[in-house]
Amino acid sequence: MKVYEKSHSFYEVFERKSGPAKEATHYCPGCGHGNVHKMIAEALEDMELTSRTVLVSPVGCSVFAYYYFDCGNTQAAHGRAPAVATGVKRANPDSIVISYQGDGDLAAIGTAETIHAANRGENITVFFINNAIYGMTGGQMAPTTMLGQRSTTTPLGRQEHVHGNPIRMCEMLSTLPAPTYIERVAVGDSKHVMKTRKAIRKALKIQAEGKGYSFVEILSPCPTGWKMDPTVARDWLMDEMTKVFPLGVFKDESDNVDEGSWDREFKPFDTDQVNAYLDRLKTSMTEGAQVTLKEDLHCKFAGFGGQGILTLGLFLSQIGMRAGQQVSWFPAYGPEMRGGTANCSVNLSNERIGSPLVDEPNVLVVMNQPSLDAFEKTVPDGGLIIVDTTIVQGKPDTDRLNAVMIPASKIADEVGTPKIANVVILGALVAATGAFTPEYCMETLRSVIKKKNLVEMNMEAFRRGYDFVKNQ
Amino acid sequence: MTNNAAVDAPFMEVNAELCKGCQLCVGVCPKSVIAISDDLNSASYHPAYYTGADCTGCGLCFYACPEPGAIKVVKP
Amino acid sequence: MAKQFMKGNDAIIVGALAAGCRAYYGYPITPASEIAHAAALHFPALGGVFIQAESEVAAINMVYGTAGMGIRTMTASSSPGFSLKQEGLSYCAGAELPLVVVNIDRGGPGLGNIAPEQADYFQVTKGGGHGNYRLITLAPNGAQEMCDLTMKAFDLADKYRNPACIMADGITGQMMEVVEIPEAKPVPYDHTAWAVDGTPATSKNLISSIVLEPSELEEHNLKLDAKYREIMANEALCEEYRTEDADLIVVAYGVISRIVYSTVDQARAEGLKVGLLRPITLWPFPSEAIAAHAERDMRFLAVELSTGQMVEDVRLAVGGKAPVDFYGRCGGMVPEGAELMNQYRQLMEGVVRS
Repeated sequence: MKVYEKSHSFYEVFERKSGPAKEATHYCPGCGHGNVHKMIAEALEDMELTSRTVLVSPVGCSVFAYYYFDCGNTQAAHGRAPAVATGVKRANPDSIVISYQGDGDLAAIGTAETIHAANRGENITVFFINNAIYGMTGGQMAPTTMLGQRSTTTPLGRQEHVHGNPIRMCEMLSTLPAPTYIERVAVGDSKHVMKTRKAIRKALKIQAEGKGYSFVEILSPCPTGWKMDPTVARDWLMDEMTKVFPLGVFKDESDNVDEGSWDREFKPFDTDQVNAYLDRLKTSMTEGAQVTLKEDLHCKFAGFGGQGILTLGLFLSQIGMRAGQQVSWFPAYGPEMRGGTANCSVNLSNERIGSPLVDEPNVLVVMNQPSLDAFEKTVPDGGLIIVDTTIVQGKPDTDRLNAVMIPASKIADEVGTPKIANVVILGALVAATGAFTPEYCMETLRSVIKKKNLVEMNMEAFRRGYDFVKNQ
Repeated sequence: MTNNAAVDAPFMEVNAELCKGCQLCVGVCPKSVIAISDDLNSASYHPAYYTGADCTGCGLCFYACPEPGAIKVVKP
Repeated sequence: MAKQFMKGNDAIIVGALAAGCRAYYGYPITPASEIAHAAALHFPALGGVFIQAESEVAAINMVYGTAGMGIRTMTASSSPGFSLKQEGLSYCAGAELPLVVVNIDRGGPGLGNIAPEQADYFQVTKGGGHGNYRLITLAPNGAQEMCDLTMKAFDLADKYRNPACIMADGITGQMMEVVEIPEAKPVPYDHTAWAVDGTPATSKNLISSIVLEPSELEEHNLKLDAKYREIMANEALCEEYRTEDADLIVVAYGVISRIVYSTVDQARAEGLKVGLLRPITLWPFPSEAIAAHAERDMRFLAVELSTGQMVEDVRLAVGGKAPVDFYGRCGGMVPEGAELMNQYRQLMEGVVRS
C-alpha cells in the first residue's frame, strides 16, 4: 500500500504559528513554498535525516519555515543563511544543513554569502526559491524579476537600462570549481514538480554522503505577488519564466566525487589536548634567577627597518622576563613600518608598568641619523644614548647625555654579518647599564634564538659589544 | 495495517479545513475526479473534494497541493 | 616557564583556546589582524574551525550559526569592521546567543586611521545595532588581561546567554608583555535545552530573534531587560589605585589607564592627591564604585582617546554630586604623562596641597 500524506518531518500541529489554523501553513493559496516544503520533508523522512537536520530559514515569506519542520531550526538575518549554515555545518559535520532562501535573500542582499559558501564548497544544501518577486514585503522588484514584469517598485515594468537584468544564479555559480551539484527546476506542471522532487532528494543525498555543495533553484509561483490565479500562475511560470531561467542541470560532479571528500574535521573541546598544545606555546627559555634592577629601564630603540631594531627590543624584553621583571614592548606599527623606519619602546621594571609608551627614554639606541635627530632631545639629562657610529654621522650632546659611540654594524660585520649589529648593541647596552651580567644575557639568548647554527655568532656579537663598553 | 482489508480501491481525500481552494489538484488530476465545493470552509475558501470514484492513487494531486496536510492519497 | 612574551592580540587567542573556543570566523583589518593570524594557526591545529569570511557581515553570521549550537566561538575586528558586525550582533542578542566579539578600536569616523582610539565606546556599550540590547564589554589594559578577560568574556557570555565584547585599542593589541599561559578547564555550561546543533537531542529547539506578536516581543524585551539588570547588579568591575583620599579621581580604561597610572605617584609627589579608577567592565559600567566617591568633597576627570564618550557614564553615575571634567585626545594622538599632569594642576588649582 502506498499512502501519500503529510510527512512526519513536519510537526503534527504547528504550535509556533500564531493565531488559529495551527495545522495550515501561513502561505497564500497556490504558493510554491508549500510544495517545496512537502518535498523536502518527505526526503528528510525517507532518508532518515530529520533529527540531525538544521534548517536555516531566511528573511522572506519562508522566514517561518521553522513553524513546520520538526528538525533543528535556526532563523537567520536577511541574506545571511549560507554564512549561518557554514557556522553550523563546520562545527558539526555530521549534521544536515539546509539553507532555504528566496530570491531577494539569496540573489540580492545575500549575494556575497551565496557565492562564497558555494566557492568554499560548503557541504550544505541550498534550496533557492525563485519567484521573481519580493513576496513578504509587498511585491517589490526582485533581482530575478523579469524584464517588463510589473512590481510595486517597477510599476511600469522592469527595464534593463533602469533596473538591470534578471540575475541567473545557477549560471553564475556553475562557473565555480567547488560546487558539486547545481540544477534549476520548476514547481509548474506535474512533470516538473516530480523533477523538482528528484532534484531535492539528490541534493540532500549528496550532502549526506559528504560529497559537497548542492544548489537547487526552484522556479516557484507567487500568485499573490503576480496578481494571478494559482493555476494561471503555474502556467505563466512554465511558459514565461523558463524562457529567462532555463531549466536543467548546470553542474553535476556527484558521480566524480568520492563520498566524504567534502567532510571537514571538527573536534569538540578536549582540555587535555588544549593544555598539551598550550604547553608548546610557552617560552623555550630556561628558568633563571630573579634579578632586581637598580633602575627601571625605559628604552627607545630606533633605526631603519631591517636593522633588527624590534628584535633588539624583544631580546632585552625576554632577558627581563626571565629575570622576573615586569616587561613591555611596543612597536611603532602600521604605515610607519612600511616607510623604512622602525622603532620600539621597551620597559623593564621591578614594579608594575604604567604607560607602555616611552616618551622620555633613559636608554636610547639610535641606528640611523633620523632617529638621532628625532629622539635625542627626548632623553632626560644624564640618560644613556647608544649610537651606531658605522651608520650615524652626527654626534649627540655628550655634556648632557651619557653616550656610547660604538661602530656596531662594523663589529657585527667582522663577526659575520652586519645583521647582528642589534646584538652588538645589546651587549653594549647591558655593559653600560649594568642591568644584567653578560652570562645571564647570553644564557637567555641561547634559549630564545631559534636558528641554533647562529647562536655562537650571536654570542660573539654580544660579547664584542659588551667588551667594547667595558674596555673604554 | 489493520484497515488494509477495508480499503480495496485507491482514493484521495481532502481535509476541507486545510484546503485553500487554489484548484491546483483539480488541474493535475488525470482522471478529473477532484472538484471544488460550493461550500465555504472556516477560512472562507471553497475547498476541493473527491468526487468519489476512479482515483488511481497516482499521487499527483498530493504533490501539486502546497498544503502539507490538505490532501491524502491512498493506493492499496 | 609557564609564560610567554606575546602581543595582546595573540594573548586573546591563547585565552580563547583555553576557554574552549572552537571556531573563529574573521576578516582582515589593521590593527586586529594578528588575532586572525593566531586563530588561523591554532584553531585548525586543534581540530577547530578557522574561516576567513568573505566579509565582516558573513563572519558574525557564521558565529551566529556556531554560537546557536552552544559551541564557543568568536570573531574579531577593528572599528570599521566592527560597525559592519552590528546587524549580526543585534540578532545574536535577540536570539540570546553566547559568543565573544573583539573590537580593537582604531581612529574614526569612516575609514579614519589605524592608530589607537576609544571612540567606539558608545557603539560598544550602548548597543551598536538595532533594538533593546547590550553587549557585556570588558576593557583589558595589557596582554595578560587580553588573555584573562577573553576567558572571562566566554564565561559571562555563557552565563547570561548574551554576546560579550573585548574592547581594546591598537596599543594594547600590538604591545607585547609577559603572559602567564592559562590552563584549559571544562566549560561548565550545558546548552542542550536551547541550542540547535544538528543532533536528535536538540532537534526540537529553535534559534530565532523574530517574535511577531507585539505582546510577545514586549515580553521578550522585558526578559532581556531583566537579564541586563542582573548583569548590571552582579558583574561591574573596576580597579582603583590610591582613590581613598584622592581629591581628583581620574577615570580611564584601556591603554590610557596605564598612562594615568604612571602619573598618579608623580602627582602625589607634587602634593596633588590624584587617584585612578579604571573600569574593567565598560558595560556594565562600574557606576556604584564611582558614585561612592562622590559622597565626599572631590572631583572626577575622565580621560579618553575620544572627544568624550565614557565621561557621560561617569556623569550619570555621579548624578551631579561632584564636578566631572573631561580630557581627551583622538585621531590616534595619545596624551603623554606630562600632558595629563598639566591637566591635574589646572583642575586642582586652589586645592590645598597636603
